[in-house]
Amino acid sequence: MTTAQPLIQARGLVKRFDGFTAVDAIDVAVRAGEAFGFLGPNGAGKSSTMRMIGCVSPPSGGELRILGMDPVRDGPAIRARLGVCPQLDTLDPELTVRENLITYARYFGIPRRVARLRAAELLDFVQLSERADSKVEPLSGGMKRRLTIARALVNEPEIVLLDEPTTGLDPQARHLVWERLFQLKQQGVTLVLTTHYMDEAEQLCDRLVVMDGGRIVAEGSPRVLIEQHSTREVVELRFAGESQEPFASKLDQLGERVEVLPDRVLLYVPDGDAAVAEVTALGLHPINVLVRRSGLEDVFLHLTGRTLID
Amino acid sequence: MVALVLPRLMDVSAASRRSASVAERNVSALKSIYWLLLVSGFVEPLLYLFSIGVGVGALVGDLTLPGGAVVSYAAFVAPAMLASSAMTGSFAETTFNFFGKMKYMKLYDGVIATPVQPFEIALGELAWAMLRGSAYSGAFLVVMVVMDLTTAARAAVAFPAAVLVGFTFGAIGMTIATFMRSWQDFDVLASAQFVLFLFSGTFVPAQAYPTLLRWLVEVTPLYRAVHLIRGITVGGGGWTWLLDIGYLLVVLAIGLFIASRRMSRLLYR
Repeated sequence: MTTAQPLIQARGLVKRFDGFTAVDAIDVAVRAGEAFGFLGPNGAGKSSTMRMIGCVSPPSGGELRILGMDPVRDGPAIRARLGVCPQLDTLDPELTVRENLITYARYFGIPRRVARLRAAELLDFVQLSERADSKVEPLSGGMKRRLTIARALVNEPEIVLLDEPTTGLDPQARHLVWERLFQLKQQGVTLVLTTHYMDEAEQLCDRLVVMDGGRIVAEGSPRVLIEQHSTREVVELRFAGESQEPFASKLDQLGERVEVLPDRVLLYVPDGDAAVAEVTALGLHPINVLVRRSGLEDVFLHLTGRTLID
Repeated sequence: MVALVLPRLMDVSAASRRSASVAERNVSALKSIYWLLLVSGFVEPLLYLFSIGVGVGALVGDLTLPGGAVVSYAAFVAPAMLASSAMTGSFAETTFNFFGKMKYMKLYDGVIATPVQPFEIALGELAWAMLRGSAYSGAFLVVMVVMDLTTAARAAVAFPAAVLVGFTFGAIGMTIATFMRSWQDFDVLASAQFVLFLFSGTFVPAQAYPTLLRWLVEVTPLYRAVHLIRGITVGGGGWTWLLDIGYLLVVLAIGLFIASRRMSRLLYR
């Protein structure tokens, strides 16, 4: 893979809005066929980055190449090979579900006959065939999202950009979307997605960058990131009382690290059960104990000192 | 201005194909309720023609135009109604509907993620607006011929002129729409449009106004449009129709240029 040219290459990429720096000199390289994630809280600069990659937002500085081309000069040529699922659905409310797909295909210059066939296939793929002739407005959030994903695939793109593909969806709807995205990946489509859900990043991404305040604070596969920035296990303790702080100070010697959240204390340790025994031995009695494996949430907490969803 | 923009489009045929896809979207969105709106746009100038052209015309009698030709008042008013209905038709599409699509439906945020560019969106919407304006104009010209307010041959020449008028006002409307902040701004636009409608040599020759006001009237786009079409349907305009066409073409090019620039700025954030 080292010899292959990355499909997306950013060096020192910057986006500024009226003095505010949304993206602050990031370096990113996305290779063909991988699922690449931008993980971070709201306002981290994920969407601004995605819009620049989608060639609908000119970079304020740095270098950006997509499919070997310049997004400002070659916008139409690049966009012809991208599929975009924006954060907010931009479906056409005056058209039916099917017409949305056919009309969108026409923007890519796809012949109407081909567009009809593809619309039917895609509606089947996202399980919306039964709603083909319905208007967009009465669809549920999950259905709209699936339609937007289908729309992003209408030009058979090489890269699909998904900005928070499952935000606001119920668990069942999320799993359906994940299934479909996984299928796309299996077909060799390069996926680039943003999310503030850890489980989503862990499920879908081969590699990801953690963004905070417009910068990249870590990069790697979910597994490597967890190994590098967290312990194997985490013990979550909840103590009775106004503040968790006084209890936390007594736990300092246990484990590698202690994080205090408003409602619980996180204890980073190699062995969770052994740590729980030590807590009890100290004469502390939390009202709630949970031992779990470390996740990306812990990586983020360690790197930024904040939780992902406030 | 168009000549400045065009070289930036790498492939003109691809660009026009993409513009056509934008117009095509509007055909798909056509629904039965919309036809009612289309009909109302045609009926309005017809009501003015009957009430004022024919009704008030009976009191006014015949008019002697600056060129010396003597025409009935209805024949004088009819071409002005044609020009203003071409304006109304393309304005409706390029101001109100265009603004709604851009600001509220966020339609173009989806479109710009495809190879279609803002200039092509503007051109496509304009082509669609022109179709609507032309439909009004064609129907109105048929009525004029039937009422003996012009000849069939003159009407055939007036049609492309009316199409140009529709195009120009579409470009103006689209430019205005990119500056609109909310629906309230449309009240101001409606007032401005009505003032234009009343004073653009529509019901009285501009020569009837004091010199200064007359000059002011004569530089408005609707006056030039009325002047052009009246010159064709009743005759006797001399060479000044060239001036009218030149004026409308320049305004069209400037409008299209500004509208696509503004759209780029609004959409490519």
